[in-house]
Amino acid sequence: MFGFLLRRIAVLIPTFIGVSIIAFSFIRLLPGDPVALLSGERVMSPERHAQISAQLGMDRPLIVQYFDYLGGVLTGDFGSSIVSKKPILEQFWALFPATVELSFCAIVIAVALGIPAGVIAAIKRGSIFDQGLMGIALVGYSMPIFWWGLLLIILFSGTLQWFPVSGRISLMFFFPPVTGFMLIDSLLSGQKGAFASAISHLALPSIVLATIPLAVIARQTRSAMLEVLSEDYVRTARAKGLSPFRVVGIHALRNAMIPVITTIGLQIGVMLAGAILTETIFSWPGIGKWMVDSVFRRDYAVIQGGLLLIAAIIMFVNLIVDLLYGLINPRIRH
Amino acid sequence: MADTTVTKTAEPVSSAAMRRQMLREFWFYFSENRGAVLGLIIFVALVIVAIFASLIAPHSPFEQYRDFALLPPAWAEGGNPSYLLGTDPVGRDILSRLIYGAQYSLFIGVFVTTLSLTGGIIVGLIAGYYRGWIDTVIMRLMDIILAFPSLLLALVLVAILGPSLTNGMIAIALTLQPHFVRLTRAAVMAEKSRDYVTAARLAGAGPIRLMFRTILPNCTAPLIVQATLSFSNAILDAAALGFLGMGAQPPAPEWGTMLAEAREFILRAWWVVTFPGVAILVTVLAINLMGDGLRDALDPKLKRS
Repeated sequence: MFGFLLRRIAVLIPTFIGVSIIAFSFIRLLPGDPVALLSGERVMSPERHAQISAQLGMDRPLIVQYFDYLGGVLTGDFGSSIVSKKPILEQFWALFPATVELSFCAIVIAVALGIPAGVIAAIKRGSIFDQGLMGIALVGYSMPIFWWGLLLIILFSGTLQWFPVSGRISLMFFFPPVTGFMLIDSLLSGQKGAFASAISHLALPSIVLATIPLAVIARQTRSAMLEVLSEDYVRTARAKGLSPFRVVGIHALRNAMIPVITTIGLQIGVMLAGAILTETIFSWPGIGKWMVDSVFRRDYAVIQGGLLLIAAIIMFVNLIVDLLYGLINPRIRH
Repeated sequence: MADTTVTKTAEPVSSAAMRRQMLREFWFYFSENRGAVLGLIIFVALVIVAIFASLIAPHSPFEQYRDFALLPPAWAEGGNPSYLLGTDPVGRDILSRLIYGAQYSLFIGVFVTTLSLTGGIIVGLIAGYYRGWIDTVIMRLMDIILAFPSLLLALVLVAILGPSLTNGMIAIALTLQPHFVRLTRAAVMAEKSRDYVTAARLAGAGPIRLMFRTILPNCTAPLIVQATLSFSNAILDAAALGFLGMGAQPPAPEWGTMLAEAREFILRAWWVVTFPGVAILVTVLAINLMGDGLRDALDPKLKRS
């Protein structure tokens, strides 16, 4: 297992270097003068230009600049925002919990509904139930989630007025962030109604973000279950006279889960992309909205840092999924 | 009875007859899937709508009927039968814009899929055929692209290249390409050690002929399935870029861009938001239905149900 871990990490190193080269080159690929772009000053005298260039270290050879950048990144220095002048890593950590909270709720919804739906569809294969569930799953899989979010807002925030349109909590409540997770912070604050408000703000965005992963998990669970249910050991378990619940729930499901866990892991990358749209629609102050806003503000330093941080998270999550996979399915380790 | 079979197999089968036979077999499996046939019908209808948009559309997609701004659909109270699905905030006919929008979506799908498919096949063939360091470099490059969420990468590329539909499509094609590279590479590696490839090589076929004429035709099934997936993904991603203001620019009647323009009116005029989204959903759903049918018909190994 340790060797497997080392091999996995060894593959990640060149990928991480490549990702950092992309993030590094990004600002230099933009049309226009990178010094002007990074300083945010449009018109400047040649002296001022040389001064800022030296300040940013951009008068040195590219290769030196790159290693300087890489060194900064590895010690946690991602530079500062052009607009707010705040360090990028600090901003990232302030916003990241919001995205984690949203993604976590979405993945819980997707798994809690997707796996049972897939199992039921597989057991009742070919029935109206199966066709209906898989039809819904295909619609969910084809859903333009930015439109889906708007529809839910029209129905639940507009017509029915059940849920708020945007934000993480009602403006009535104010408490300092302790963990950054609104659900936990609102409980810690002890204010009446704060937790309920946080939940109602979270409901629509998590449903929207859960839609595509839910559909993918349901489809994947169904096909994995179908495969497993036709195996000999399932027939043996049935022949032994075990109850159908035991056969499906214990013997079949555990083996069917192996490919499903990979799917769930891969959905986390999909979710970070989905968060870009979901957070924009619901004005959810997470890293997805942060990236979109930065593109509009032309805050290239933030885009550069965010790009690298998000890629690093996805690589890390994929590594964990790989390790989990190796843990459940020892055959894969070699 | 036995005689006829013998004479039949003794006759050389022409490649045209074989192709017909394969097509018939393909259609047999494809048409068994009712959803796939439904998807195909919707898709063909969309293609017809897109081609004959100027004949079908009741109005120009750009003409602003200022006196009729934000008109509800014809069947709703206050609707006007001349504007079947209502009008948008500046008085343009929504139905006409949706009809012209079909041209955008189908073009996006075709362009992006062609670009990522050809690029992916060439790169994948090279990686799988030559292996060694070229393969390692290519696969690491693909890993790097896959490390970014596709929409984020497209967003950043568009920020570099400038917001436009063309740049958006190039960006999306780049993010979809690694899947084709991986599929082609895996298929090539599996096929390369087969006897027919060795025979072709001994007969004097060069690497280009071996790659494109000998090996590639035997790897097409998974590529076709992936191409349909890419087609629907391209439409979704381009609409998302348009929605974020980074794809097709107004006043283009692209469905995602229409949604972006309509966003501030969602609580006042449901129809400006609802219909462009329905158009995207129906198109993507039809293509995905076809994709499922293609997968079942082309590749029994991939068959899921």
